Amino acid sequence: MMISRHTSQMVAKGVIWVAAFSTLAVMIWILFQVLVEGLPLLHLNFFLDSPRQMGRTGGIFSTIIGTLALTAVAIVIATPLGVGTAVYLREYTRESRVSRIIRFGTDCLAGVPSIIFGLFGFVFFVILLRLGWSILSGGLTLATMILPTIICTAEEAVKAIPYSYREVSFALGGTRLQTVARVILPNAIPGIFTGVLLGVGRSVGETAAIILTAGSSLLIPTSLFSPARTMSVHFYILAREGISMEMAYATGAALILLILGINTLANWLLWRYFRKVGG
Amino acid sequence: MPEKAKIILENFHFYYGTGVALKDITLQIQPRQIFAILGPARSGKTTLLKSMNRLTDLIFGARHTGHVFIDDQEIYDSQISLPELRRRVGMVFDLPTPLPLSVFGNVAYGPRLKGITQKRHLEEIVEKALRAAVLWEEVRDRLSSSALRLSGGQQQRLCIARVLALEPEVIMLDEPCSGLDPISTASIERSLIELREKYTVILVPHNIQQASRVANRVGFFLSGELVEEGPADQIFTRPKDKRTEDYVSGKFG
Repeated sequence: MMISRHTSQMVAKGVIWVAAFSTLAVMIWILFQVLVEGLPLLHLNFFLDSPRQMGRTGGIFSTIIGTLALTAVAIVIATPLGVGTAVYLREYTRESRVSRIIRFGTDCLAGVPSIIFGLFGFVFFVILLRLGWSILSGGLTLATMILPTIICTAEEAVKAIPYSYREVSFALGGTRLQTVARVILPNAIPGIFTGVLLGVGRSVGETAAIILTAGSSLLIPTSLFSPARTMSVHFYILAREGISMEMAYATGAALILLILGINTLANWLLWRYFRKVGG
Repeated sequence: MPEKAKIILENFHFYYGTGVALKDITLQIQPRQIFAILGPARSGKTTLLKSMNRLTDLIFGARHTGHVFIDDQEIYDSQISLPELRRRVGMVFDLPTPLPLSVFGNVAYGPRLKGITQKRHLEEIVEKALRAAVLWEEVRDRLSSSALRLSGGQQQRLCIARVLALEPEVIMLDEPCSGLDPISTASIERSLIELREKYTVILVPHNIQQASRVANRVGFFLSGELVEEGPADQIFTRPKDKRTEDYVSGKFG
């Protein structure tokens, strides 16, 4: 039986529409669920008080600090390493055995479950390097975790820069370093930024690896060597140990707002950067 | 009595991997003249240009035999500074290639790499270079706007200004008018004729007519070989080699 062109068009359109709509629906449903349960509990004191009675009452101040500190450490360590690796792979070496090994390594790293990173961080940073359960241990562990993403996106960004830019820079008497600093990196920044944002998302959302390396202390961290609890870990413990579902949802809602805030800020920075550079 | 040659190639061969791009080129290029490199596609014209400022070093598997001297200095000597060589031997590419910077930023790019940071000094260099490339009047009010917003012809003159800002000795232009309309082409040819007064200009012309309009001497290349070289009027009216005659009279190419 022949299906008319019109019918097949309609079917295809329908399938694509359903796919798009269900993605949207799942996202809205999750957001709705968390926000409806959590938002009513969000008030200023919830953000500014530290948790009391294991989180049954009080706020989440210390976990916000923990989240921001761990993420910051991870990003500060992983970004230069990742961008450096990407620039090395693209600008300082041709396809060779070394570059293939590095790329294979990062691909493998990207597929490793976070609990394995947690275990590695626990054995290496916490015990072997005697950093203890601390923001530094957790941040370093997160950094190894998000490194593949940053390398991969930065490499794509560097790869996308036209060959003619490099040629022009060299032809005008530029050294390789000058070319990287003045042409390659400034033009790769939007792509690098995307990778960093993905890294932030992964850091903020991580639980298993953090419990193993930064602990789950409810005290406000005071230095890089203090243990800390992030919002995600707090959420997990509140829900998992049955301490308070209400507080768990409130923490979840705050987490969503935080991620929204980080993304908005990042987009704004990127927009400002583009406006400055022109194009 | 002819002047001392600016550039001398001696038995110069160039290879990409196993392929030969230039075969046994021996050639002298005089200062303060326009030397046109004529020939059909894939005859080694771009390779010849890029081997004279060693941009070919960027290509994996490229190698050469023989010699290239500029002012009696072997440019393939291991002691030579590549940034210095490329400042002396400037290059304009076949398509306008402004960097994603402002008009000012593009022209000041080379001088800044050289370490010039003083604003006043850079402004002087940029104005001088833009005037020499016959672009100053058109862009003087929008030096800080993006170079990508200029028209194609303006972008190409910007690329010429960018090279002039480094005060090179040799300027190589690889089909600088290939993407341009006749009016832009005419303005670029006018600036070429001005450049001839001061610099050694090597031009891969857009077509034979362009070579006959601006060149002093012409070299005809075919499949990586230099078939014939001589004064422009001789090459166009009384070529010695049959292949040159066929090419300039339009029988192939």
